[in-house]
Amino acid sequence: MKPSVWHRMDILRRQLTPFMLTIFLVFVGLVPFHISDLARVMPLFSLIAVFHWGVYRAELLPMYAVFLIGFFQDALSGVPMGVYTLVYVLVYGLVSFQHRFFSGKSFYVVWLGYAVVSAGASFLVWLLVSLLHGAVVDPLAVAFQYLLGLGCYPLIAHLFLRWQRAVLQQV
Amino acid sequence: MKDSTRTVSRITAPVKSAAQRFAYMALILGAVGVLVIGRVDAVHMDQLRAQITDAVTPILNVLSQPVDALNQAAGKVRELYAVHEENQQLRIERDRLLQWQAAARKLEAENRTLRGLLNFTAGAQTNFIAARVVADSGGAFAHSLILNAGDLAGVRKGQAAVTGDGLIGRVSGVGRRSSRLLLITDLNSRIPVVIESTRTRAVLAGTNSGRPRLIHLPTGAIIAKGDRVVTSGHGGAFPSGLPIGVVSAATDGIFDVQPYVNRDRLEYVRILDYGLQGIIRSGPDRNRRKPAN
Repeated sequence: MKPSVWHRMDILRRQLTPFMLTIFLVFVGLVPFHISDLARVMPLFSLIAVFHWGVYRAELLPMYAVFLIGFFQDALSGVPMGVYTLVYVLVYGLVSFQHRFFSGKSFYVVWLGYAVVSAGASFLVWLLVSLLHGAVVDPLAVAFQYLLGLGCYPLIAHLFLRWQRAVLQQV
Repeated sequence: MKDSTRTVSRITAPVKSAAQRFAYMALILGAVGVLVIGRVDAVHMDQLRAQITDAVTPILNVLSQPVDALNQAAGKVRELYAVHEENQQLRIERDRLLQWQAAARKLEAENRTLRGLLNFTAGAQTNFIAARVVADSGGAFAHSLILNAGDLAGVRKGQAAVTGDGLIGRVSGVGRRSSRLLLITDLNSRIPVVIESTRTRAVLAGTNSGRPRLIHLPTGAIIAKGDRVVTSGHGGAFPSGLPIGVVSAATDGIFDVQPYVNRDRLEYVRILDYGLQGIIRSGPDRNRRKPAN
């Protein structure tokens, strides 16, 4: 039996959710929370999302979508255009082409993987922004941002895993 | 049947994998291309950035409102706890300000008389544009805010933005309904300033930390901790005398400035239009006619 148009639309809508959730996290990272000094070390939530979907459901977040997300993050966060685009595409490539390494591994191993990958990503963004601006960006703030991102990873990954079970199981 | 499917997949799998790798390499080259175009053709890239910001500003506006409401509610609770102490402080401050008011009235009258004697022509009229902060770029790499007022409200590139406490930054990009405000703490921010008491000129350079730094100081400049730093007005970018902050550290010829404005509490800013053309107006903005106010 051929699936109905509504059924196919429902599946398409579900398939789009990883992209939409990642874009939503770009917005969340921009909300002024009015918490002392938080703005200076606000973690890159969208990087967590790119890593997560790259590991678990790379087919639902294709690489051109990651390119768009990076471009969007560049445009809104005020860094030189192309920095996050390049770094996100590199992170996604590294993770999705190596997804066999992560498959079936425990959450802590994946978290450790994120720790290593996001450290490399933070260093690359730091290097690119420093080179493009011709001045060294405060490495301490970058380190705090990295650690905060590492701390936020379990929460976001947990929510995404629940989403996978509830919405994306049949997709 | 199964065998034929397996044979097809054995042939197509490497082709598919090669195509994927090719597409991936193309995306990396595309990202490098964006980096290069951003350097070579910054004007068009900034326009594209402004258009994207414009498109999402309504969403950012909605998302930031509940946080602002929560923040205001928390502020009210805090104020209730401190109301007695604050009342005492305000009484003392009011007495002090009344003395200043008397002095200011006297000086105003004197100023008016002297201006009359000198046939002094006053500077351009100042216009204010109030704008709400809808996004904070966040992170360690850029210090900027997105405001919900743009070209349609009269915001122009290069205008100064202030709060009741002092200067917060300058407009670095303008869309139709949104604009980007580069904070004085951003790595790209350079503002001509003077030390208020000694009139020593310097440039205030952002460092992406909370405290910008004074650079290009004249040799032998004497600057002490606690000195007030204000805009000098040189270069025509900003009006003179806007308060910025106080020198918070003065060691080994390195002077850090603690800004008066606390970025974390910003909800609304005022954009000042002094009618100054400034050195930072360039590109299409230069030929734009000033709107009639």
